[in-house]
Amino acid sequence: MRTSNHLVYLIALPLFSSAILLLLGRIADKWGHLVATLVSGSAFAIGVSEFFKMHSQTGADRTATQKVFDWISVGSFKVTGSLMVDQLSICFVLLITGVGTLIHIYSIAYMSHDKDRRRFFAFLNLFIAAMLLLVLGDSYLNLYIGWEGVGLASYLLIGFWNQNPVYAVAAKKAFIANRVGDVGLSVAIMLSFAQFGTVSFTGVAEGAPHASSAALTAIGAMLLLAAAGKSAQFPLQSWLGDAMAGPTPVSALIHAATMVTAGVYLIARSHFIFDASPTARMLVISVGVITLLFGAIVGTAKDDIKKALAASTMSQIGYMILATGLGPVGYAFAIMHLLTHGFFKAGMFLGAGSVMHGMNDEVNMRKYGGLAKFMPITAVTFGLGYLAILGVPPFAGFYSKDKIIETAFNFGGSKAGLIGCAALLGAGITAFYMTRVFVMTFQGSRRWETESEPHESPFLMWGPMVVLAIGSVASGYLLSSGSALVNWLQPVVNASHVTHEKELLSPNTISGLALAAVIAGTSLAIVKYRRVSAKAPTNVSLPTLAARADLGQDNFNDRVLVKPGFAITRALLVIDHSVVDGAVRLVGWVVQEISDVLKKLQNGYVRSYALMMIVGVFICAFTLWAVTS
Amino acid sequence: MDISNYLYLSIILFTIGSLGVLVRRNAIVIFMCIELMLNATNLALVTFSRINGNLDGQVASFFTMVVAACEVVVGLAIIVTIYRSRRSASVDDASLLRN
Repeated sequence: MRTSNHLVYLIALPLFSSAILLLLGRIADKWGHLVATLVSGSAFAIGVSEFFKMHSQTGADRTATQKVFDWISVGSFKVTGSLMVDQLSICFVLLITGVGTLIHIYSIAYMSHDKDRRRFFAFLNLFIAAMLLLVLGDSYLNLYIGWEGVGLASYLLIGFWNQNPVYAVAAKKAFIANRVGDVGLSVAIMLSFAQFGTVSFTGVAEGAPHASSAALTAIGAMLLLAAAGKSAQFPLQSWLGDAMAGPTPVSALIHAATMVTAGVYLIARSHFIFDASPTARMLVISVGVITLLFGAIVGTAKDDIKKALAASTMSQIGYMILATGLGPVGYAFAIMHLLTHGFFKAGMFLGAGSVMHGMNDEVNMRKYGGLAKFMPITAVTFGLGYLAILGVPPFAGFYSKDKIIETAFNFGGSKAGLIGCAALLGAGITAFYMTRVFVMTFQGSRRWETESEPHESPFLMWGPMVVLAIGSVASGYLLSSGSALVNWLQPVVNASHVTHEKELLSPNTISGLALAAVIAGTSLAIVKYRRVSAKAPTNVSLPTLAARADLGQDNFNDRVLVKPGFAITRALLVIDHSVVDGAVRLVGWVVQEISDVLKKLQNGYVRSYALMMIVGVFICAFTLWAVTS
Repeated sequence: MDISNYLYLSIILFTIGSLGVLVRRNAIVIFMCIELMLNATNLALVTFSRINGNLDGQVASFFTMVVAACEVVVGLAIIVTIYRSRRSASVDDASLLRN
């Protein structure tokens, strides 16, 4: 275990810059975005130097810690504000700062016409700081601060254009759905403190093997709830689609590449809990499978390009969650898919932003068509990301997603076939809806009605897109050649036993099947969406209607949570008005009635007062006599 | 003579005084009735002092006299003021704390 003195700067720099930009106000309008981008770039540089330092070490020395301050010290309970970077964290640090910096650069151009650009960059830096704290904290409590911080940044950025009430509502929706998950995390923290007497990762990891399976399952389920909230997994998935109200760079950074993958990080970080509780793992697998199919199905019917990509994000994170549920070897593949997804999905979101930039912020894909001719760079970079998410060899998704499908099939147990088939089906649907997005946007005939021709975006925008596209092409091969990432993460997630007791299907068969599913989905989409009308058809099949309505997720929430919630509130209001207020009013009424009677005594006549006094004296005297005799 | 006769006298005087306070309207008469009640009390105190063979009751009656003297001064001043403002010494006319 080494100590490192630079970790704190990773968080402090963006946090400081965010505070400066917010406090200085309009003075910083001219150069705020440059400072923010520079700070993000420096954080990336620190991250890279930490990576090389870590790479030059071996064994336990690869983990570096830094104690910043004593936070809570009560009796035997101690929490220090400590940071820890290990093989798992550094992947995230590089992803967050790397993709983050690219998106900062992109945003300079994308937000150049917005008068609140400085505020936007301040929030972006706040997000970077919080997200880094999330992955660098050495205890659940430190992680929790970052967890809440990214929730705040996400809320602020979704509602960045809060002058539009719909966007403000979307921000609130995201925040509230996240709160539900946050309750899960805080309960998990309390449970692990009750069970292990500590909330640090190392302490809980040491205690986990000796704990009762019921306690571990409870903690695991609560952690899963937290992950579901942050990563938009079933049943807390409904906020992600609406979160697309935020500016597109936000969707790319927070709601595709980094924040929504925090749930995967949480589960991978808490692997000791899930390793020891098969029930919790089964829950994780169920949530992953349901969400990956849910997101994919919703994605097939969305005409809003960002919402289609959001549904795809949900589905891809479903894959990652599924992989984390598959046990030790799954963690590494989950992280690999997370990293490759970070590249290709962020790239595609930036592509979508570039399309919107050229199309006067039009998001309806039915109003696009044939844009490849007008936006060649966007089309190519988007296309590379598209091939990557499909899992076409040798693009990134092929290495990461096929591994997850393969692991699912060889999971062992009776359900392996079912899980594997679901993952395979998900891959087919992914191919269908992504092809739909690509064809509707870049191929076919023009369907836009505006006079002005769409134009390619400036260099500051296509530069980051090109970098991310290169990542979409190469990251899969680089991370998986010689099992690089699996070996790298092995000390953290204990992925040593890469043994399939009995292989249900060989890797080649699975790759073949996955490719067949992809080809089937792609061809179907090409046939179906080669020609689309500019207006969405209304006489569609029932499944399409259901998918357009997000499979009723909002209706469900509305009926099951919102309406009963309102009903309870209304009932409580009636009780408040009748019972509580009634009691108070009754007391007032009684006092008033008594005083109405008594006030007649206050008539102002001295002689009546004198009579009262004398009668009173007699009563006192009589009482005294009666008591004493 | 039986010493309790003094107490009976005291009771009779006190009753006359209190009835006077209750039934008369003229503030001066009411005032005099109050003095009557006070002196009835003094008589009772002195009698008790005699019965018990100590001086406590007599001391208390001195206090009563002093307080009564002060009260007379203040009370008469109030009555005169009320009479000046209302041209009447009837307590029923002064039923409001305003003109």
